[in-house]
Amino acid sequence: METLVYLSNVVTLQLDKVKCNGCALCTIVCPHRVFVMEQKKAAITNINKCMECGACAKNCASGAISVAAGVGCASAILNGMIKGTEPQCGCNCSSN
Amino acid sequence: MNIENTVSLRVDKSALPVIRHIDADWTRKDFMGSVKVRAGFGRDNYKVNSGLYAFGKPDADSDILVTANYKLTFDVVRRNLKGLNVWLLVLDTRGVNVWCAAGKGTFGTAELIKRITETNLSQMVNHRRLIVPQLGAVGVAAHKIKESTDFHVVYGPVRAEDIKPFIRANYKATETMRTMYFPIKERIKLAPAELKLNYKLLLFGIILLTGLSGIEGLKFNLAKLVHDFWGVSMLLILAYLSGTFLTPALLPWLPFRNFSAKGAFAGFFSWVVVAMLWRFKADLDALSWFLLFVSLSSYIGMNFTGASTYTSLSGVKKEMKYALPLQIVIGIAGLGLFLVSNLLS
Repeated sequence: METLVYLSNVVTLQLDKVKCNGCALCTIVCPHRVFVMEQKKAAITNINKCMECGACAKNCASGAISVAAGVGCASAILNGMIKGTEPQCGCNCSSN
Repeated sequence: MNIENTVSLRVDKSALPVIRHIDADWTRKDFMGSVKVRAGFGRDNYKVNSGLYAFGKPDADSDILVTANYKLTFDVVRRNLKGLNVWLLVLDTRGVNVWCAAGKGTFGTAELIKRITETNLSQMVNHRRLIVPQLGAVGVAAHKIKESTDFHVVYGPVRAEDIKPFIRANYKATETMRTMYFPIKERIKLAPAELKLNYKLLLFGIILLTGLSGIEGLKFNLAKLVHDFWGVSMLLILAYLSGTFLTPALLPWLPFRNFSAKGAFAGFFSWVVVAMLWRFKADLDALSWFLLFVSLSSYIGMNFTGASTYTSLSGVKKEMKYALPLQIVIGIAGLGLFLVSNLLS
């Protein structure tokens, strides 16, 4: 099945291989399959597929992954701009 | 909405805490409810009670599946469990689906720990395995659940339809089960709710352009306004639908990756169809509608980033930085040309 890719070279995802404990949870939770295991350490393969959902960083017990997680939603960003706050989600979210 | 009214249910009074029983079958009311929320009505209050549910005849060795209390999510999950005997631990996500709730933190570590404790889960079962939907990982930290409850989180598949194969494969998910796709069926399902999202902009446009269409030369002509009302409304609705339906439907095939450009192309495409089939001549009016179609469809297409399953916050911010000013300028230019073409008529 098709997978779609959004803009290139823009996401904030970072991996510190030194801190990685090799638990491989990031390779499990990522819905866009951004991580793979290489020699018992996590590695980023498809960084442009990352949607900054934050699941990897949340489940990284060793703190090796960092990402400015958020929802890629124009309405939420506009809401935030109007109210002078961070992006505020509150409408039509996707999926079940 | 109260669960007691909507699903067949027997409350087990002998056991504490309260365990509700639930089965896989949808009633007509469940089905109508799903249609209604997909259309965007009443979705803010479509909930089931949170807590522990017995699905089938679970015992102390049965699996525990964690889910959200958005009734549509709950219904899709239970429909896909037919034949299994499992426990369903429903978190209070305030009627929001797993992924969105996980993003907000309501489907999260603290709530999961609270429900595990509250339902006395460790007394209910012999094992310490919790199946949490993969998309819930956005809000749940597996290692923290382990630390404070001794329960071991196993991340299940992305989609409820894969739960049975996942369990059968000894809690292993295939790459496909772990990947978030965005097929045309899903995109179209989400479009109706988008209709409601920007309707104020559409109404405003119809009122403004109808008002302007009353201008004929330097006079105001009420008969012309009345005459043009339907045409103006139809065109704006078409431009609106280009953003709400055409953009999601054609998403992979529209050029460029940013949604504002995809929306603009969908608007342009609709404008060409209207120009060929209907009413445009090579005049200022046609040019003004070109600009209005492109800007409106682009703006609404851009808002579909929120419904999509693959756009990042950083990416949308970057896209909006230039797209939003452009949409405003092109939209105002379209309105201006529409006014000028009426002034010259």
